Amino acid sequence: MSTVVDDHNHEAHHDHKPSGITRWLFTTNHKDIGSMYLWFSLIMFFVGGAMAMVIRAELFQPGLQLVEPQFFNQMTTVHGLVMIFGAVMPAFTGLANWMVPMMIGAPDMALPRMNNWSFWILPFAFVILLSSLFMEGGGPDFGWTFYAPLSTTYSNDSTALFVFAVHIMGISSIMGAINVIVTIINMRAPGMTYMKMPLFVWTWLITAFLLIAVMPVLAGAVTMVLTDKYFGTSFFDAAGGGDPVMFQHIFWFFGHPEVYIMILPSFGIVSAIIPAFSRKKLFGYSSMVYATASIAILSFLVWAHHMFTTGMPVFAELFFMYCTMLIAVPTGVKVFNWVATMWRGAISFEVPMLFALAFVILFTIGGFSGVMLAMTPVDFQYHDTYFVVAHFHYVLVTGAIFSIMAASYYWLPKWSGHMYDTTLARLHFWSSLISVNVLFFPMHFAGLAGMPRRIPDYAVQFADINQITSIGGFAFGLSQLIFLWLVIKCARGGEKAPAKPWDGAEGLEWTVPSPAPYHTFETPPKVE
Amino acid sequence: MSNQGPDNSKIVKRLLLTVAGMFAFGFALVPLYNVFCEVTGFNGRTNNEPAAVSQHEVDKSRTVRVQFITRTAQGIPWKFEPEIKEVRVHPGEVRVVNFLASNPTRDDMVAQAIPSIAPAEASLYLNKVECFCFNQQPLAAGNDAEMPMQFYIDPEIPDHITTFTLSYTLYDMTANATPESLALLESTE
Repeated sequence: MSTVVDDHNHEAHHDHKPSGITRWLFTTNHKDIGSMYLWFSLIMFFVGGAMAMVIRAELFQPGLQLVEPQFFNQMTTVHGLVMIFGAVMPAFTGLANWMVPMMIGAPDMALPRMNNWSFWILPFAFVILLSSLFMEGGGPDFGWTFYAPLSTTYSNDSTALFVFAVHIMGISSIMGAINVIVTIINMRAPGMTYMKMPLFVWTWLITAFLLIAVMPVLAGAVTMVLTDKYFGTSFFDAAGGGDPVMFQHIFWFFGHPEVYIMILPSFGIVSAIIPAFSRKKLFGYSSMVYATASIAILSFLVWAHHMFTTGMPVFAELFFMYCTMLIAVPTGVKVFNWVATMWRGAISFEVPMLFALAFVILFTIGGFSGVMLAMTPVDFQYHDTYFVVAHFHYVLVTGAIFSIMAASYYWLPKWSGHMYDTTLARLHFWSSLISVNVLFFPMHFAGLAGMPRRIPDYAVQFADINQITSIGGFAFGLSQLIFLWLVIKCARGGEKAPAKPWDGAEGLEWTVPSPAPYHTFETPPKVE
Repeated sequence: MSNQGPDNSKIVKRLLLTVAGMFAFGFALVPLYNVFCEVTGFNGRTNNEPAAVSQHEVDKSRTVRVQFITRTAQGIPWKFEPEIKEVRVHPGEVRVVNFLASNPTRDDMVAQAIPSIAPAEASLYLNKVECFCFNQQPLAAGNDAEMPMQFYIDPEIPDHITTFTLSYTLYDMTANATPESLALLESTE
């Protein structure tokens, strides 16, 4: 480790870096890798978004208009996979790469070469996954949850490509997580004790442990699907002594912690932004840390709430129902802490704060519908309807994605060295806020009225509600182009950003100039 | 920079071990699940080995309705039906129910029946002394067969279970036929 640091010391003063494509291919710099992750996730956000547009266009009217049902199924499946593994998770890893070393006063990530690998295998995974859409027989069409026997007995020939793509995504996430853990354990500046770390670092540390624990289980599940389909095993095949319901148990043992992997870093981001624009310290720092840890632990005890309708005994259903509802307690602690942070603060509404506030309100709505879904008796009505779709889009779009937007607006001046166009940013915020609710709120009603998810056609009684939803969808999709334009504009130039553009912001990242120099904190900062 | 914890390589090794352990755990869930279900009866499986002949007193004070459902999986055009849709038995009483199968195709085929019980809790109290589902069932082209299932209900069965349904799904196993099934097929020809 020390030799690497010494090398950097020589280069520090003139920001030396290789030029051209090799800079990006061979880079071990956490800022370069962070930027690549963020750009990659933005591209994937638009790829997955384009698929959502196909889905909403088909659902604009009842009947089948634009695409074949099988292609519709591929769109819902790949939209989910791309958004989860391509957009949200890499965005968080990108933010971790950029911010974790700067927040704890470290010169770089602990394992810079592995960092390069964990990014560069990712594009290959998505080339494999997306190329299967263009092959004979089409891409995966069994839903992102790839329930057996849909993914075994009834799946098409490209299933092996899906499996290998998921393997690579998993390896990438695991390497990223190992890097984050080692960095946080070993590279903190002197005086940066665990309980002084910014919450984004804390939430990412816990997220990384979740990744280490469950991504291998996902790898196991896809491997079993692979051998069941191609090598004659019977893990999930009743005829050979297996059990398809067991697939759901294994999948959701991964799947439920996975949903917290996609929200815990958001909690960290919001816990940085709300104090900055309320000009107050975060209320209840240590309770935030403990709440995050309890959510992570509880996440391993609730998986079967996805499976209430599989015919579990009542005792098991009650156990999973109560455990699930218990998660509302630490989550509530967080929401109340954010509100208490704002209480009597000198609040101003810059764009990062707007997104953070929208996050708190809309994520809580998603949390409420989550509590509704947790109730076993009513879940039988909601199961596999648009109510579920509304719920997880509230927590993932207005939750995870909005927090990533908030983070981008908060740290973009630090990354690019330029202030962004705030008029455009406000336009992006308000158009996103309105359209996202037009898009997802009516889905609650469609679901309660019984509209099933993942079906390309629907009864005429749902026509109006779907038309409204689709219009919201197109508007939300177009609004994101504003963000793309804004980011490109900001990367290319603009008003010079000061080291600390937000007067209430706290943290080591604001002590370095903007843009952050290629190498920061070769000499560890003093943390009081 | 200060190294506050153990060496990087030590932490990485531990984390990689955890990763390998969790990958193995994913596969260990399979036997764990099976053992768990065997003990609790949660997935509605019945015993697939012959149970001992009933030594229990017949409990004449109670009657349990046992309903039979049959279905065939995709790709097996057999006719497959219980001889009787429902029986009423006293706990401890041994009964035989025949299931009728016929193979209307022009090919010799081998099938395997997979049982499932609803509510799953009842599966702990159904004891099969003999069942066609213990083995593969070969049937030559155009033939039919009467397949017996002999069972009794454990008198320990809780009072709240007054009715349960035993369902059999028939799967085509011709491609994975055991040598015994093939030998049986040849002997019928």
